[in-house]
Amino acid sequence: MTRPGICALADLSVGNRALVIRISGSDDVTMRLLEMGLTPGVEVLMAGKAPLGDPLELVVRGYRLSIRKSEAARVETELCA
Amino acid sequence: MSAATDRPPLAIALIGNPNTGKSTLFSVLAGVRQRIGNYPGVTVEKKIGQMTCQGRSFLLVDLPGTYSLAPRSPDEMVAVDVLLGRRDDAPRIDGVLSIIDASNLERNLYLVSQVLELGLPTVVALNMTDVARQRGIEIDVAQLSQRLGTPVIETQANKRRGIDELAAALLRVAGQQHRPVEAPFPAPFKEELGRLEVLLNPPGEATIPRPLVERLLLDTSGYLENHLLANGRAALGTELRASRERLTQAGCPVPAVEAMTRYGWVAQILEGVVARPAVRPPSSSDRIDRLLTHRLWGTLFFLAMMVLVFQSVFRVADYPMGWIESGIGWISTGVEQLLPAGALQSLLVKGLIGGVGGVVIFLPQIVILFFFIAVLEDCGYMARAAYLMDKLMSRVGLSGKSFIPLLSSFACAIPGVMATRVIENRRDRLTTMLVAPLMSCSARLPVYTLLIAAFIPDRSYAGGLIGLQGLTMTAMYLIGIVTAVIVALVLKRTLLRGPTPPFVMELPTYKWPSPGTVAYRMVERGWSFVRRAGTLVVAVSILVWAALYYPHDADVVEAPFAARKRQIEHQLAELPPDDPQREDVEREQAELAHEIDGAYGRQSFLGRIGHTIEPAVRPLGWDWRIGSAAIASFPAREVIVATLGILYNLGEDIDVGESDDRNRLQAVLEQATWEGTDRPVFNVPVALSIMVFFALCAQCASTLVVIKRETNSWTWPAFTFVYMTVLAYVGALATYQIGMLLAG
Repeated sequence: MTRPGICALADLSVGNRALVIRISGSDDVTMRLLEMGLTPGVEVLMAGKAPLGDPLELVVRGYRLSIRKSEAARVETELCA
Repeated sequence: MSAATDRPPLAIALIGNPNTGKSTLFSVLAGVRQRIGNYPGVTVEKKIGQMTCQGRSFLLVDLPGTYSLAPRSPDEMVAVDVLLGRRDDAPRIDGVLSIIDASNLERNLYLVSQVLELGLPTVVALNMTDVARQRGIEIDVAQLSQRLGTPVIETQANKRRGIDELAAALLRVAGQQHRPVEAPFPAPFKEELGRLEVLLNPPGEATIPRPLVERLLLDTSGYLENHLLANGRAALGTELRASRERLTQAGCPVPAVEAMTRYGWVAQILEGVVARPAVRPPSSSDRIDRLLTHRLWGTLFFLAMMVLVFQSVFRVADYPMGWIESGIGWISTGVEQLLPAGALQSLLVKGLIGGVGGVVIFLPQIVILFFFIAVLEDCGYMARAAYLMDKLMSRVGLSGKSFIPLLSSFACAIPGVMATRVIENRRDRLTTMLVAPLMSCSARLPVYTLLIAAFIPDRSYAGGLIGLQGLTMTAMYLIGIVTAVIVALVLKRTLLRGPTPPFVMELPTYKWPSPGTVAYRMVERGWSFVRRAGTLVVAVSILVWAALYYPHDADVVEAPFAARKRQIEHQLAELPPDDPQREDVEREQAELAHEIDGAYGRQSFLGRIGHTIEPAVRPLGWDWRIGSAAIASFPAREVIVATLGILYNLGEDIDVGESDDRNRLQAVLEQATWEGTDRPVFNVPVALSIMVFFALCAQCASTLVVIKRETNSWTWPAFTFVYMTVLAYVGALATYQIGMLLAG
């Protein structure tokens, strides 16, 4: 079992803040997520979800970023208190 | 001799994230002095502009907007190769103009950190300072400049602020020797890098510069390895993986180490340089965003927006299109009056003017669609539209970015195909482009309208709510949509198969669209279509004209009509000018002229081709005349109406919008019989078969030329034409055969 408060970015609720722990994978998608600033230690806010539930809207490093749930599933985060 | 010609121009590359105003800055700097072309083998546009500053001329090379200099596709490789001077078809770069968004420094400086490592003289344009100020962000520009080691110039491209200072700074630094900036990577990484550089550059072989070696080590997607380590150097791949393994052991996991290092570097640069309010007050952009991405209001707004865009392209464009048609008609009449009847007059009127008209007629739709696209993009809504539609489009294997190009294709596939540029992924972009012509465009409407009015009974069901005619029209649109979905799914599983591309997309801050940028986009898109499509479409149109005109053997064709012609001329000469009978005789004369035109049509090469292919189109229920008309409509679908008019002796000036014209053509079509029999050609299955054919076929030279222009290859338009024609034939065949079975 994972530690309490540890969950995938895709599983955060709207309004949650979390710290990125790590991103799994080494392909195109992972490289792009890193380049866009989702690096270990950075704080992310789950700002919203599209009307059909996917993709997600995040606030990271002061700007808004949209990624799909499947992409957010590979980002491990720790929920901020 | 002026000073400008003494020295070669300085080549400056423009690079920056998307949504930083880079294109606006480029057009402000270069003005109209720009050339747009293609880099061979890729779909990246090659934009080169010129400017002069204090007597020195500059070449401005606009590179595609990007978040990172880590190439993972041939398209992304272009920017890196241009910057490193590895492309023969681009000038050697003397300096870099790096454009950054002042309201979003952190992420923008990531790219700057990569650019600085290239060791080229660099000027940073700090753009959108007004937005930053509104958000309460204060930047110590002098300090930033000092830490970066480059000039930093504040600009507001859309208001032309800071442009002179920028040009002066470029003049100061460009061409100067610049010391390469030490990469901010940790020591173990630099050691591995040094080792690889030696291994990769054995004496006597083409060198791979250090920035590319670094990229190679960091690119875990495998693209660069395949690209750089081909032909016999594959063994180095093992070294590469061993290096990465060692780095992971040393606490520098690849690829994460790059992002962590660079964002760490950015944090150091910005420490004490940027002051922002501790608690960010919700900006108006945030409030707008909450509403526009809201489950209910956001969806409603999106639907309303799409209806507005679609209706404008579809209906508003109708007025200017009408004016263009009248203008073309006016010029044609003028030429007909100036020149004697004959081959030259016919060539000019039907081949040349008709062909030019066939290109210009698309301009209103292109310009109107790009007005909306430019406004939506410039204000930041375009990304939200893709965000809202992504889930739906992902079911077809595409992303939300394909939605607007496909929607616009219902009005006209040409601007639709041109709008696919927003899709970065090559496979998604190609799929969208290849299925866009399946959307029933406005040029199919005349064909549908005519055949439905003539052959589909005007019945209604459910108390008048559902009409059979309207139902048929809807069915034609649905056939296109369903086929497009199937074709897209098949393409994404076969020819264009590959891993799902990242969707990862910035949702830019909302801002007011700049009228200059919008106007520029409209003119640029319209002009580029006319320039690229014009020549070829006119040539095809002349070719089809010649096929319908020649051999034009007057003796053979006119002989059977000679007696009647003389008789009518005689009657007209006898009758006094105000005799009531005169009108009837004149009508008879016009009908005879149409019959003669029809006879020429039958004798023409196209008529003969139609006869030759009749066995091939007979299973569709078509006679040779429909076959000929289908061939003649290759340049543009709507031509079929005029060609049917000629071949059925009605003359070609059929206006489907005029109920008189429509009724005449309908009456003739209803009475048409297979030659030599009294079996009627047209019935409901035949009419449906023609409609299905036109719903699915690629009879539009302009669309094919635009696909060639966007893909930079003739392969894809050829593929589009073949697959659509095959589908159209099979669809029409099935429709007719099943229809006949049911009609029994």
